[in-house]
Amino acid sequence: MRISSVGSSTTPGADLPDHPSFLWRNPEPKKHYDVVVIGGGGHGLATAYYLAKNHGITNVAVLEKGWLAGGNMARNTTIIRSNYLWDESAGIYEHSLKLWETLEQELDYPILFSQRGVLNLAHTLQDVRDSVRRVNANKLNGIDAEWVDAQQVKELCPIVNISPDVRYPVLGATYQPRAGIAKHDYVAWGFARAANAMGVDLIQDCEVTGLDVVDGRVTAVGTTRGTIGAGRVALCAAGHSSVLAKMVDLELPLQSHPLQALVSELLEPVHPTVVMSNAVHVYVSQAHKGELVMGAGVDSYNGYGQRGAFHIIERQMAAALELFPVFARAHLLRTWAGIVDTTPDASPIVGLTPVEDLYLNCGWGTGGFKATPGVGWCFADTVAEGRPHPLISAFTLDRFTTGALVDEHGAAAVAH
Amino acid sequence: MSLYRLPDRGRVDRSTPVTFTYNGSPYTGYAGDTLASALLANGVHQVTTSIKYGRPRGIMAAGPEDPNALVQVETPFPEPMLTATTVELYDGLVASGLSGQGRLATEPDPARYDAMHQHCDVLVVGAGPAGLTAALTAARSGARVVLLDDQPEAGGSLLGTTELIDDRPALEWVEAAVAELDSLPEVRVLSRTTAFGFYDDGFVLALERRTDHLGFAAPEHLSRQRVWRLRAKHVVLATGAHERPVVFADNDRPGTMLAASARTYLHRYGVRCGQRAVVFTTNDSAYQAAVDLADAGLEVAAVIDARPQSPAGWAAECAERGIEVRSGHVVTGTTGHERVIRAHVAQLTDGRPQLRSGIGCDLLLVSGGWNPAVHLFSQAGGRLSYDDALGAFVPSSSLEAVTVAGAARGTFQLDGCLADGGEAAQRALAGLGRPTAGGTPPRPSAAHESAERPLTLWTVPDPDEQHAGATQFVDLQRDATVADVLRATGAGLRSVEHVKRYTTIGTAHDQGKTSGIISSGLVAQSVRAGIADLGTTTFRPPYTPVSFAALAGRDRGHLHDPERVTPLHLLHVAAGADFEDVGQWKRPRYFPRAGEDMDTAVLRECRAARESVAMMDASTLGKIEVEGPDAAELLDRLYTNLMSSLKVGFIRYGVMCGVDGMAIDDGTVMRLADDRFLLTTTTGNAAKILDWMEEWLQTEWPDLAVRLTSVTEQWATVALVGPRSRDVLALVAPELAVDNDSFPFMTWREAMVAGVPARVCRISFSGELAFEVNVSGWDAVTLWEALLAAGESYGITAYGTETMHVLRAEKGYPIIGQDTDGTVTPQDLGMSWVVSKKKPDFIGKRSFARAENQRADRKHLVGLLPVQRDILLPEGAQLVADPQIGPPPVRMLGHVTSSYRSAALEATFALALVKGGRDRIGQTLYSTVGDELVPVTVAEPVLYDPEGARRDG
Amino acid sequence: MQLIPCPWCGPRDEVEFHYGGAAHVAYPEDPQSLTDEDWARYVFFRDNPKGPFAERWCHTASCRRWFNAIRDTATHQVLAVYRMDEAKPVTS
Ligand SMILES: Cc1cc2nc3c(=O)[nH]c(=O)nc-3n(C[C@H](O)[C@H](O)[C@H](O)COP(=O)(O)OP(=O)(O)OC[C@H]3O[C@@H](n4cnc5c(N)ncnc54)[C@H](O)[C@@H]3O)c2cc1C
Ligand SMILES: [Zn+2]
Repeated sequence: MRISSVGSSTTPGADLPDHPSFLWRNPEPKKHYDVVVIGGGGHGLATAYYLAKNHGITNVAVLEKGWLAGGNMARNTTIIRSNYLWDESAGIYEHSLKLWETLEQELDYPILFSQRGVLNLAHTLQDVRDSVRRVNANKLNGIDAEWVDAQQVKELCPIVNISPDVRYPVLGATYQPRAGIAKHDYVAWGFARAANAMGVDLIQDCEVTGLDVVDGRVTAVGTTRGTIGAGRVALCAAGHSSVLAKMVDLELPLQSHPLQALVSELLEPVHPTVVMSNAVHVYVSQAHKGELVMGAGVDSYNGYGQRGAFHIIERQMAAALELFPVFARAHLLRTWAGIVDTTPDASPIVGLTPVEDLYLNCGWGTGGFKATPGVGWCFADTVAEGRPHPLISAFTLDRFTTGALVDEHGAAAVAH
Repeated sequence: MSLYRLPDRGRVDRSTPVTFTYNGSPYTGYAGDTLASALLANGVHQVTTSIKYGRPRGIMAAGPEDPNALVQVETPFPEPMLTATTVELYDGLVASGLSGQGRLATEPDPARYDAMHQHCDVLVVGAGPAGLTAALTAARSGARVVLLDDQPEAGGSLLGTTELIDDRPALEWVEAAVAELDSLPEVRVLSRTTAFGFYDDGFVLALERRTDHLGFAAPEHLSRQRVWRLRAKHVVLATGAHERPVVFADNDRPGTMLAASARTYLHRYGVRCGQRAVVFTTNDSAYQAAVDLADAGLEVAAVIDARPQSPAGWAAECAERGIEVRSGHVVTGTTGHERVIRAHVAQLTDGRPQLRSGIGCDLLLVSGGWNPAVHLFSQAGGRLSYDDALGAFVPSSSLEAVTVAGAARGTFQLDGCLADGGEAAQRALAGLGRPTAGGTPPRPSAAHESAERPLTLWTVPDPDEQHAGATQFVDLQRDATVADVLRATGAGLRSVEHVKRYTTIGTAHDQGKTSGIISSGLVAQSVRAGIADLGTTTFRPPYTPVSFAALAGRDRGHLHDPERVTPLHLLHVAAGADFEDVGQWKRPRYFPRAGEDMDTAVLRECRAARESVAMMDASTLGKIEVEGPDAAELLDRLYTNLMSSLKVGFIRYGVMCGVDGMAIDDGTVMRLADDRFLLTTTTGNAAKILDWMEEWLQTEWPDLAVRLTSVTEQWATVALVGPRSRDVLALVAPELAVDNDSFPFMTWREAMVAGVPARVCRISFSGELAFEVNVSGWDAVTLWEALLAAGESYGITAYGTETMHVLRAEKGYPIIGQDTDGTVTPQDLGMSWVVSKKKPDFIGKRSFARAENQRADRKHLVGLLPVQRDILLPEGAQLVADPQIGPPPVRMLGHVTSSYRSAALEATFALALVKGGRDRIGQTLYSTVGDELVPVTVAEPVLYDPEGARRDG
Repeated sequence: MQLIPCPWCGPRDEVEFHYGGAAHVAYPEDPQSLTDEDWARYVFFRDNPKGPFAERWCHTASCRRWFNAIRDTATHQVLAVYRMDEAKPVTS
């Protein structure tokens, strides 16, 4: 039943689809699982789902120290795109984007994937060169990409200020029409529900405090809810990856930084796409209910406190108003921060580790939400088969020794 | 006088009537009203309809915690989504109700915004009784105190009550306290100022609304809002408490209001919110509202007390006024359309409501207890614990430099608050090592003893068992109900954070100030867990919404980022230069003459440089002086090549790499003396390279005796380029021997140039005979004008960065950052010659030995010549081997980094990074141009004068 | 925004500082003698603890001096600051 509506109009777009009436069990942990996934964020949940779905491995537990998908998965700004510069990145992110395009049906969950396009603005001549380079690379990699000039930017997003009379005028942008946003909680819960339905145990309030290694092979995980035996262990702990790896003396080239984001109150639709600017340093979309969702760069120091400093927000606001003068009297409603695991080359680390049966997925830093289905797919395959899936084989730990980095911040220089 | 405005009460200014428009209808109020109080005074309760179900919604509270009364303000400038309870009334205000989504103005906001920094010993947030005593106590000791409060005047809860302090009306005490504070030189009292964020180490952000209440009369020169960045040694949080409702069916009906808020409307604004009231409570505090309203002439039909026993003292007061008290009863629902006309009341037996009866009313006051406003404390990292007696979360941990006082920590009686404030200040002063000044603490009039413990009741069981909870609204703004919470727990959710996301409770404009704890309570009940274990959702900044513009402050437009210009900038502007942003610098890109586009201008400028003489302002180059006995050693460690062998008077080109072996910058190094060098960096990298050098010097090699000084701004630099440059220089520097033998390539001389002292370098970034003349910034204009005059007969031509780029590219000189991208080594650039084989080590060297650096198919910098000589390759074009684009992914061999039309070559050309490029010289590759491929020939990077014949003129 | 006590200037706002990551990572004595693994460890691998962390800061907007700090990465509390030439203090 629907309760009586007295008034006439309800605000369009101000409501979200209902969640299903059942999501998951809250089981007690079993003594042993074939695969224990550490970390119940998007990546952990997607990995568990594809282990069950693609590989028939259902004796799986996802261990989460807090509430399911309450880490970066609950805090990100949900930008999804695949227009990365290097071939290796394009491979995994485009694979992921293709999965996004059918994920709603796959999970039977209204994840609100909206392919509204993403604009990455260029403000200097070097931005323009880098942008054109990336567009050309994307096209040859089969990824939809366009270079658009300032006027076209204005057509795609009329509220962008393209006046030449600003501090850093908009010179143009790269545009990926298939890119967009989705609703993060819905995505996480979609994977969780589907994994649960296939028999995966989702165990919350269960912090992993140790890893048992016998003869170079991981055999069990110690947790706040007791020791749990594991055939294989798949690490999906994002910002806490270093802390976990340290338990088996595995050093990782990661630094954990606060990354903040914010929302405004709900506003009538003004912003039809997603706009990112690295030079002026802000990115914005208007989410489904009408709130402006914004973010910028990381706080410079290491931090696990899920909080950052306010001057980062203030600068971001200044940048936002440079690009979108109409935002002047929008209001900041809420700010928050996640803990992002950044790598020296801004690319992830996925694959095997020196410890047998321990698999690693980390280093997605400021941009791993978009990879959720893609990495879940490939990481599950890697764990199931005991060898790197081809699409993640470039993202080894070893690359830091050989020098074969996949440097996505030099010329690519687009975060998130 | 309207039926609802009392003639003799309230602090509104009756001599200043104010007209305003709400939802299209004209109304009148008074200065001192809020939009909410003025609407209530006009009998308007419904302000809007709800977001999801379109149900009528009214004013619930009198402060920022109101969950309902969302309005859009239209004048003097549109502002989305404010709460009617926080909008101060001004003449000409036009506003309308919002159903959830606000509307942004399409015009730019004309207002100014700014920010202030303030340091203090003690910051007191909240100027209620606790905050005022805290501020007074601290201030009397001589401490530097800031007291702020979000209301237009101090007093806090006292503004809405009739309390006595020291035997006089409490507000007289408030007035005296503020006057005393104002008189102290080290004290600042800020009103209309909301502390909205508590960050690390006593850093508190507050927003002062300076002119909003003035409406059209706001002076243009004043900033509209100001952000205060406060750094306090100790913070006293006296932020009060928010009353919360009890949830029952159709509890969203306008006319339903928090009890204490009705009392505030009465005493502070002289407004009675209805004619016949029913008061529903779970605690003693609402009795005061019942009594005060009755005394103000409202009919109070009944007090419905959910507790089995009503407090004796209060019951007697009610009896005196003929107010019926029904203990052990609850309100289960309401009747009405746009406004409540009847409250449904039933006895509560064993937690179940019995037969219900209706009580007619147009005002239903509710009190479910009080939530201490712990937001800032929690933001500061303070822990909260659940207080069973209060049914609320209160501060539990103690933070070193933060003290919570008064209602904010669950002290709800006035005497307690006054004492608390003093103690908080004493704790702060003790921490600061300051003695407390004496003085008698203020004394309130005798309070009612709190006779009965409050009852914690989140929701009244729904009499409609079939649709239980469907109209029991928990979060009114989100239209989220008890049924929604139960559905969430039924779905398997246990965490309050999950339930928040499932139901959206607490995500709206009010961020769940009144609804959050109710939701937690319901979840606890539903999953049979302790609310203490479930906790609350996280309190995050800002406490109340803050406009983007206020946060952006002055950092907008041309102040968004500093603009750096050279001493010659005005001359360039006068010459009609087109500028390029390079880092923070404005650099002339080219100097178009009448009718010229960039291509023609650049061709002309290039021709002048190659055929006669041209000049460029190169002042933006980073310049660093390196001085000290170990200066040469430091440079040897940082550059890939040897610098210590450089002789005084000579110049050497150098490259720096990161530890990963990738080129990070290049430039020239002049040896000024044995222990003194001056090096140049690329324009955009100057600060980074200075930092880089300092980092190594200070953190790794503190034993080296070296000093680094940035002298970028001290020197202005003009590049004088072309076969006639020597002639021009000779004219302006008559004492300088300029012939090749006296002044060879890669040397520098001190001389008078244009009558001013100068350092002249013979270096060339174009392959032509060229000089760089460095003079003090003060003399730049003299130099520039002298060169222009001296070169006139040679047709001397000013050029910009674009021509510089063409000239250097013709010679294959890379630009770090354009022809490199952080993945390119000096060897990749074809510059093995700049990498010392002799030095045992330098930064980056070890990385050259890694496996990846040994690959033959690394990308090399090469030249490209389009087969069709007039096609300009786009910079950023990708290169492939096949003339046909196959299905993706197509293997890419590299990309175009620089591409120009060359006057000298009479053709277009490009530089590119190409896999195994040096082994492909002469081969044909294909470059993307739009969606086409065009053939290009791979060439040596040096396309012009490869023998270097032009260098010496 | 953290208040960072510069050993030379006193407590100042975080915005005045530049972060330099882990402290006490010495440049190798003889890089050429290292294996690729050990060199990679020096170039790319840094401690990333949750809790007290010895790290470097530079007071860029003022005295421009580098110094070390022990700061708790979970709470942002600065437990100690010390000059580059001072030994790492014991904090607990
Ligand atoms: C503010 C912000 C904005 C972002 N914006 C974007 C964006 O626009 N687009 C994009 O693609 N990406 C974005 N990201 C990045 C993206 O959120 C992350 O890369 C991604 O979520 C990481 O994968 P995850 O979901 O598995 O991580 P998480 O959700 O963080 O999951 C890791 C989980 O591991 C758990 N855990 C940690 N230690 C233990 C332990 N010892 N035992 C048990 N469990 C443990 C954590 O509690 C956590 O739930 C953003 C991130 C942030 C913080
Ligand atoms: Zn300092």
